[in-house]
Amino acid sequence: MSDHAAHVPGLAHHFVNMEQQKEAGTIGMWLFLLTEIMFFGGLFLAYTIYRAKYPDGFLQGSHLLSVPLGGLNTVVLIVSSLTMAMAVYYSQLGERKKLLGFLALTLILGSVFLVVKYFEYAEKFQHHLFPAHWMYNPAADHPPTQYHGQVQVFLWIYFMMTGLHALHMIIGIGLLLVIMFMAHKGKFSKQYNSPVELFGLYWHFVDIVWIFLFPLLYLTGYHVGGGH
Amino acid sequence: MAEHTSEHHIVPLKYYFGVFALLMVFTVLTVWVAQFDLPGMWNIIVALTVACIKATAVVLIFMHVRWSSKLTQVIIIAGLFWLAILLIMTMGDYLVRGGWGVLGVQPN
Repeated sequence: MSDHAAHVPGLAHHFVNMEQQKEAGTIGMWLFLLTEIMFFGGLFLAYTIYRAKYPDGFLQGSHLLSVPLGGLNTVVLIVSSLTMAMAVYYSQLGERKKLLGFLALTLILGSVFLVVKYFEYAEKFQHHLFPAHWMYNPAADHPPTQYHGQVQVFLWIYFMMTGLHALHMIIGIGLLLVIMFMAHKGKFSKQYNSPVELFGLYWHFVDIVWIFLFPLLYLTGYHVGGGH
Repeated sequence: MAEHTSEHHIVPLKYYFGVFALLMVFTVLTVWVAQFDLPGMWNIIVALTVACIKATAVVLIFMHVRWSSKLTQVIIIAGLFWLAILLIMTMGDYLVRGGWGVLGVQPN
């Protein structure tokens, strides 16, 4: 077609200029993230309702989670958010090698998060704490209390919220691979780097969800029995 | 308008390192505080306050919202307002119906 539309690499023909394209992309990404906030919001609402109804069960259920592993994953995600922010920085400067390096670091940290999460889940399955009724048997490893039913509700919410979060991490890693491939191909420049920035918004959003999940799920019952 | 939407603004790295330091310090703080059984609802109040500060720092700096257009900022605030409707109105409804053993209301 006409070379008029094509003379700025990365600028789609229906936008007046790069600024307009970038603004449209940013707003579109935020609208998507708002739907994500409402998506997770329903689960945060379920958490709030059941915590109000079963305060004791939530304390005991939370006490079953590993604060060292949850804390480690919190730090891993914070560092990955920093490396992602630096990837955006170097994409804006058009430094392809550093962009690729920080994207790779982000990819590694995201993977570390999922590996830690895998070990946490596996430990719960081993101790009969996955809350499905045909598996859930806390009495096998823990002293019986009157709260096992309430703890089961807590564990459902734990698995739903961290599971949905982990799914977002897996999707994020998939997208990150696409962005890295595009960066490797030299698609990005000082003028055109929106995909990197918009993916960064997604990655930071997933970090923010964890910022709330960590205290609400792991730390709520930390003081039970006087800390550890 | 649009003169100062700062589309070309590149956030200096020192901002990113500052937010990173804040996130790490507040993570340590929230874990440390959680060891203590504070009176009343103070455990959850401290935990959520710290989480909100961390989230705000990420949104403003890592996600560049501090330098975003007014339109983007209004859209985000509208979204958070919607989330507040979901949480506050639903909980308000549950809590005043009784049978929950919270807010001094005894279960029937």
